[in-house]
Amino acid sequence: MSDDKFDAIIVGGGIAGTVAAYLLAKEGLGVLLIERGNYAGSKNMTGGRIYSHSLEKIMPNFAQEAPIERKITREKISLMTDESNVTLDYYSDLLGVQGSDSYSVLRGVFDQWLQEKAEEAGAEIIAGIRIDDLIVRDGKVCGVIAGEDELEADITILADGVNSLLAQKLGYRGELKPDQVAVGAKEVIELPSSVIEDRFNCRGNEGTAWLFAGTPSAGRVGSGFIYTNKESISLGVVSTLSDLVQGNKSVPQMLEDFKNHPAIEPLVKGGKLIEYSGHLVPEGGLAMVPKIIGDGVLVVGDAAGFCLNLGYAVRGMDFAVGSAECAAKAVLAAKEARNFSEGFLQCYQSFLNESFVMKDLTHYQKFPHFLEETPRIFDGYPRMAADMMAELFVMNGQPAQPLMKNMMKHIKKVGMLNLAKDAWKGVRSL
Amino acid sequence: MSTVNVDQKLGLNKFYVDEENAHSVLKSGDIDMKEFQKLMLVCPAGLYKLDEKGNIHFDYAGCLECGTCRVLCGKTILEKWEFPVGTLGVEFRWG
Repeated sequence: MSDDKFDAIIVGGGIAGTVAAYLLAKEGLGVLLIERGNYAGSKNMTGGRIYSHSLEKIMPNFAQEAPIERKITREKISLMTDESNVTLDYYSDLLGVQGSDSYSVLRGVFDQWLQEKAEEAGAEIIAGIRIDDLIVRDGKVCGVIAGEDELEADITILADGVNSLLAQKLGYRGELKPDQVAVGAKEVIELPSSVIEDRFNCRGNEGTAWLFAGTPSAGRVGSGFIYTNKESISLGVVSTLSDLVQGNKSVPQMLEDFKNHPAIEPLVKGGKLIEYSGHLVPEGGLAMVPKIIGDGVLVVGDAAGFCLNLGYAVRGMDFAVGSAECAAKAVLAAKEARNFSEGFLQCYQSFLNESFVMKDLTHYQKFPHFLEETPRIFDGYPRMAADMMAELFVMNGQPAQPLMKNMMKHIKKVGMLNLAKDAWKGVRSL
Repeated sequence: MSTVNVDQKLGLNKFYVDEENAHSVLKSGDIDMKEFQKLMLVCPAGLYKLDEKGNIHFDYAGCLECGTCRVLCGKTILEKWEFPVGTLGVEFRWG
């Protein structure tokens, strides 16, 4: 590295950015990470939970040291209507096995720890600087521009998040489309850990991840979620923009109503709201991945659209880590070959293709479309489940009816054919 | 169901408001109300408001910087939407 030029400049202190900085600095490269907030994580938000597999590979046993919240050993999925909630509750030791475990996290805390790891590895980190533009000469990205200042590097890595205005400036992608992104709103509600353990049936440091379809997103494409942290609950809603604007309930009202739902209210009762956050989630899957490689530049994490929402599981942070690892490998190879051209950097794409990042995005490429095309998941099915449960459990002295007849009545409301069609399409898109 | 008071919730957040420079600005003059109503629905911070007299209000101070309004109305009723300059804007302590 010459005095005035870095090997790599990374824009954005999220998971992709800090992990890329860590990996490159560890190999002795001169790395500068620039974050617009006052610390890595200060602009970041998750539901949320990180699946550990990809970070575990890079930092073995990270969960013992990192400020994770709880190890998720209980998965719940609910179909919710205004007056009811039908839940599938899965507890398993398998969820906690190292390498396939997952953790609730709070990004303002977690990303700062990753920043420290990158710093310890030798990366230089500047917080509180917004990168306004990129230095581009003859189509080659040569560094970054912040106000009057310019900083140069052999490679610039854009880890500037879902809104990546820098990727837009390069013309790598247009404006985000309303059907490609969902907006999430979340409350962090403080409660004593013993209360959380009692209310959510958690042992010690274990915790629950819980997703809800139905009324949390007012029957629109979206979901409600709860993640248990050490001494707080993350409770929120998320909904796809294109569908959200067809409805008539505002996002903040959705969140408020979800929190006050009779099945939820006792869980957060007495808790103290300590933060209210909002963020966009890239949910378009493979179809929204923009151009991610250029002369002297790579795009990683949310900025590259690397995220999957499967309804029962939401993954973004493990993709951020995975793509950062692929980018770091590509940069190391480019450094070795002294070739940072778009052609050489295609190895980033190859590494992604070989990794779970592209394999999973490709595997599930039809799924985002399926969710969008199947509004019954968010509306008809929660109602059907609620009505069927009511037939089973509500005793009101009316003479009993044959079970089959009773159940079919509710299935017929949705329609047998629709049910079969949705099941078929859903399974095929998975 | 009770009506949500988002301002009260935002009051618990840490904000460093850029008093000199608004990072997000509505167009002046006649605003397409259909577009404005979209933002009343989607903005998680509830920053796009309509009062009893039918006047529209928008205050960037409580912005969570999610970019939702840019995606939906960046080309219609927003004059600009960019990130606040370094150090300013919302600061998530928990996130």
